Amino acid sequence: MALVDTIEPGLRPRFQDHRIARLIARRFLIGLVLLFVISTLIFIGTEILPGDAATALLGRSATPAALAELRVRLGLDRPLVERYLVWLANVLQGDFGVSLMNGRSVTSSLGLRLGNTLFLAAAAALVSVPLSVFLGILSVRYRGTVLDRSISALTRGIVALPEFFVGYLLIFVFSITLGWLASSATVFETMGLGDRVLAMILPCLTLTLAVTGHITTMTRAALLNTLALPYIEMAILKGASRSFIIWHHAFPNALAAITNVVILNLAYLVAGVVVVEVIFVYPGMGQFMVDSVVNRDIPVVQACCLLFAGVYIGLNLLADVVSILANPRLRYPK
Amino acid sequence: MTFQNETNAGGINRRTLLKATGALAAGSLLLPGFARAQQPQKGGHLILGIDNASSTDRLDPAFYFEAYAYNVGLQLFNTLTDLNDDGSLRAGLAESWEPAASGSQWIFKLRKGVQFHNGKELTPEDVIYSLNHHRGEKSESAGKGYLLSVADIVKSADHEVTFQLSGPNADFPYLLGDVHFGITPDGANFDDGIGTGAFILENFQPGVRTLVRRNPNYWDPERGHVDSVETVAYNDKSARVAALISNSVHFINNVEPRVAQRLAANKALALHQEDDSSIVLFAGRADSAPFDNLDVRLALKYAIDREQIVTSILSGAGTVSNDNPIFPSNRYFATDVPKRAYDPEKAAFHWKKSGYDGNVVLSASDGASFSGALDAAQLYQQSATAAGIPFEVNRVPADGYWTDVWLKQPFVASGWGARPTADAMLSLIYLSEAPWNETGWKNKNFDQLVLAARGELDETKRKQLYHDAQVLIIDENSSVIPAYSAQISASSSKLKGYKAIPGQNGPRTAEKVWLES
Repeated sequence: MALVDTIEPGLRPRFQDHRIARLIARRFLIGLVLLFVISTLIFIGTEILPGDAATALLGRSATPAALAELRVRLGLDRPLVERYLVWLANVLQGDFGVSLMNGRSVTSSLGLRLGNTLFLAAAAALVSVPLSVFLGILSVRYRGTVLDRSISALTRGIVALPEFFVGYLLIFVFSITLGWLASSATVFETMGLGDRVLAMILPCLTLTLAVTGHITTMTRAALLNTLALPYIEMAILKGASRSFIIWHHAFPNALAAITNVVILNLAYLVAGVVVVEVIFVYPGMGQFMVDSVVNRDIPVVQACCLLFAGVYIGLNLLADVVSILANPRLRYPK
Repeated sequence: MTFQNETNAGGINRRTLLKATGALAAGSLLLPGFARAQQPQKGGHLILGIDNASSTDRLDPAFYFEAYAYNVGLQLFNTLTDLNDDGSLRAGLAESWEPAASGSQWIFKLRKGVQFHNGKELTPEDVIYSLNHHRGEKSESAGKGYLLSVADIVKSADHEVTFQLSGPNADFPYLLGDVHFGITPDGANFDDGIGTGAFILENFQPGVRTLVRRNPNYWDPERGHVDSVETVAYNDKSARVAALISNSVHFINNVEPRVAQRLAANKALALHQEDDSSIVLFAGRADSAPFDNLDVRLALKYAIDREQIVTSILSGAGTVSNDNPIFPSNRYFATDVPKRAYDPEKAAFHWKKSGYDGNVVLSASDGASFSGALDAAQLYQQSATAAGIPFEVNRVPADGYWTDVWLKQPFVASGWGARPTADAMLSLIYLSEAPWNETGWKNKNFDQLVLAARGELDETKRKQLYHDAQVLIIDENSSVIPAYSAQISASSSKLKGYKAIPGQNGPRTAEKVWLES
């Protein structure tokens, strides 16, 4: 005790903060570079695809004269590099430009959609994360029992079911057979919170089922890994109860692995909801992005991709930071 | 339960539907007076579930490409003319019209006292502004093609507009009923959605939802029954059907025939089949090998099993076409043309006679042109190979189909929605100089027939001209047209007053229907 007291208070933690801050800053910079590379790739990718916004806009009515006219008006006649640089300069100033298709501001149309997607993802996370972590712990606590086996069977079963199937199944049961909930979740700005939540129950449930299996299985595996370590054996020999060992000894040490899985699943929730949005007619980012790709609406495609990439990179960064905080060994890379 | 079907479809689908709908459906078909006796009810909130919505949609009619935009546009804007349920002309914002200079001039008298949503009264200036929006070199309008023959639009008197055409056109009033020719106030921005329509715009979120409320000053007392309309974007076909069954919407468009057969048993729903909704076809380029050879064209016309395309690809929701792009419901449809059944022997005979020794390569895609195009191409391959024609199917991506495959490859799948008049169809796709002449077919006789028919005000002579034009297409054109396809919509049985009109491009569903309490 006396030894610990002699250490100058505050010195060690500050030293650590500094290290961690530097680490985060480095990861953050790498993230930015990644975003830049992604934006270049998307720009080139949309250019390689057959057709451009002018041909998509005019469709079958495209005559060579009308195409040329429209290309000039949309600025598509300029060289690729120039268009990219102009776009990049604008984005750096926070301006994502206007949609080539309907002339609306990308930022404002995107804002609405992004809000919806984040709201849905957050709602799904709010339900699925506590639920699946709890289920994971429960199955470890009662390992080998009927409960454990049922949870395993159930979660693995759900993982195997694709979302579109689960979505339609839920619609069939709750909307068509029972008639309790609406089959679609068209939310809009002027909608009350109550109605909005009601409309979102089914898509939220579908997403919850999609990620719960994964998180539960990983939680269980991480806890079991930790439980196999010698210090747990020590705790058992000390006579600690099974619950006490799980909550006080194993769980904090398994937290890093669990957080990683949770955060990766969150990223999936945000970026992987396209199918769910289509089934439930939910006006999120998914359909918006598909429309913009089909129409070669490059400013919108770029903004969507950057957002998705940003979310992915950001959440991965967060996962890394949490792991590092939870496991001091990772702070000293070899 | 009503099942609305007035033309002689005779397809399997119709038969099964009728069987399934049973006595009730039969009853309403037997008693045509039954539907008419119902009085429209006022009020209610109507919800439509419509497909083909996109986050890039606009309210500007120049940029209406698909069903969702058509539906919303016709809630807000009116056109000068419209169609009655039988497909004949109905007065819209114009109360009457008459040709002058033997059909190369048309004088439209505008309805008096019509108000826009912003209170402004309708004047000739508004009409001229709105229609000029689609004209001119720089126009990107989807309706531009229809107005190419308009040389000038002038105000000829108070409430009167005169159209000067480059040549006579007896069908001109029909063209002005097209969904793209909605009228907005002079100088207004179309994207603001200010029209004279039965409904006033409340909120428009592209690709998601449109909300409108009833226009209390609507000029047409026969239409505009519900208080408000919500048009929700339902692009997913299963989501649309689920929404209808679970009572989330009153009406959905574009129901798959296979699904429609199952819905028919549900008494809370009504099915509406619109025959002659579109043609499905395979277009060969007449200006390059192998389709520059008339015998190759005939060989391929005999080598397709049309019945099979109707039953397998359209699931019975359609009828056989004998390479005729004019719909059976059209008043100029040539009824005396012999049927062209699948005939491997004739096909083989013409193929040999042509002397062509290469393969026939048909490009088709899953998801472009018409639904099931790739499957149809493969069926075609089987029947043609059986006739000894070396036939290949080239599978291409749907993305960029209209830019990179259509008009570029020698033989492609294609499809066309119905047009209100025979002239619209023929001059759009078949005239030598047609903007969308997809076969590259150039036939002077045909051009003369169509141009003569266009300006012919005598109905008997006109019918003969169109007849001869159809025969030319059937015998010589390089496209193979196996079928007319029907489109099926479905609604709650509480929704009344809906009628699918053959050839109408863009339905006026919202202003015509009412909800029974």
